[in-house]
Amino acid sequence: MARIRTTVDGLVYEDDVEPRMLLVQYLRERLGKTGTVIGCDTSNCGACTVHLDGLSVKSCSVLAVQANGSEVLTVEGLERDGQLHPVQQAFHDNHALQCGYCTPGMIMQSIDLLGDNPDPTEQEVREGIEGNLCRCTGYQNIVRAVQDAAQKMKPGATASQPASVAGGGA
Amino acid sequence: MIPASFDYVRPTSVAEAVQALADGGDDAKILAGGQSFIPVLRLRMGDPSLVVDLGGIAELRGVREEGDKIVVGAMTTHHDVTRDDLLNQHVKLISEATKTVADFQVRHRGTLGGALAHADPAGDLAAPALALDAEFVIAGANGERTVAAGDFFEDYFTTAIGPQEILTAIRFPKYTGWGARYEKFNRVAQAWSIVAVAATVKVEGGTITDARIGLTNMAGTPVRARGVESALVGQTMSEETVRAAAQAAAEGTSPTSDADAGSDYREHLAKVLTGRAVLAAAG
Repeated sequence: MARIRTTVDGLVYEDDVEPRMLLVQYLRERLGKTGTVIGCDTSNCGACTVHLDGLSVKSCSVLAVQANGSEVLTVEGLERDGQLHPVQQAFHDNHALQCGYCTPGMIMQSIDLLGDNPDPTEQEVREGIEGNLCRCTGYQNIVRAVQDAAQKMKPGATASQPASVAGGGA
Repeated sequence: MIPASFDYVRPTSVAEAVQALADGGDDAKILAGGQSFIPVLRLRMGDPSLVVDLGGIAELRGVREEGDKIVVGAMTTHHDVTRDDLLNQHVKLISEATKTVADFQVRHRGTLGGALAHADPAGDLAAPALALDAEFVIAGANGERTVAAGDFFEDYFTTAIGPQEILTAIRFPKYTGWGARYEKFNRVAQAWSIVAVAATVKVEGGTITDARIGLTNMAGTPVRARGVESALVGQTMSEETVRAAAQAAAEGTSPTSDADAGSDYREHLAKVLTGRAVLAAAG
């Protein structure tokens, strides 16, 4: 067992974990954060994407012990005062999901992308979410949603809420 | 699937890591960025007794200039490689190739040293390292040694790193002002290279004065296309010259046949992609 201390969605957690425990298992099974899902066994699908110290990672390919001392942001930590994050809102507005299984990972990766490139072209969005698979093949509206979110998150844009590129990680 | 149980240590210096490997015996394995290794553990294709995580060793991260070399710490992530000014300026080929590795999430975690030590024949960084005449700094119980790229890659997933040694840094000569292109052929997003070509060329006054070309997935190890290099050097730069020189690209290769491509198709790809890579690098 190894003792780890992490900040997840703004709260500090301390736990003993087996070294073999994956970060995604820790989030789901210990912390009950089932918003982060497991979609494959090959590291291809990106459904389990979270932010680790501000960078998107596939939480199936990180051990929980490696997150010791780090900050984790999951899709469950995006909402602020009952308001969806602009990227969440844009996915809703643009019907950017069909079955919804890829959505948590798509949103987390899209937020990472927009933090890096606030005004991506369609091609840049497609490359930015290269590590996330939508098995419904609903990419058209996902790309549209990311570009819509980019417009609404621009400084000076009239958003119905404060737009935060960083996603508000505590 | 969940990995089998293992013990875990996270040393904070190379010396401690070397000691941990020695204490761990034959079943100890090194964890770098984990983007190949953790999937291997998860699929239970590997079952180490001890995992030595290099993530806590600050001296293994970062890029620095040492005289006429650019030195990259083995634990420098792909993400940091693609954004590094020294590499973009002096070793552009490695920056270009790194941009094509996997996807953003993997590049945030995966490391240059980890990818090179893993030595997957379809991995994208070995061919550029070979083409660039990189040197590999390896630490072990008896101190440090340096291995040339030509001697580093021994076979499929096999390098000159001993079981109780650690790759600590990769040293690149400077190729300041050279053009560079990594031309990768794969079927779909995030797929491995079926074949890829790493080319960097120096063009002065319309003449190709130097050229380095490495091939990905044309054998168990990366291969230098020396026939193409010598056919290019001294020639006036033109599309015709480059396409003609590229016909030598498959010489000395031994590509595999698999579900993606037969060996003859890989040889064809090597020629076409070499032409494209050199033209883009020179352009």
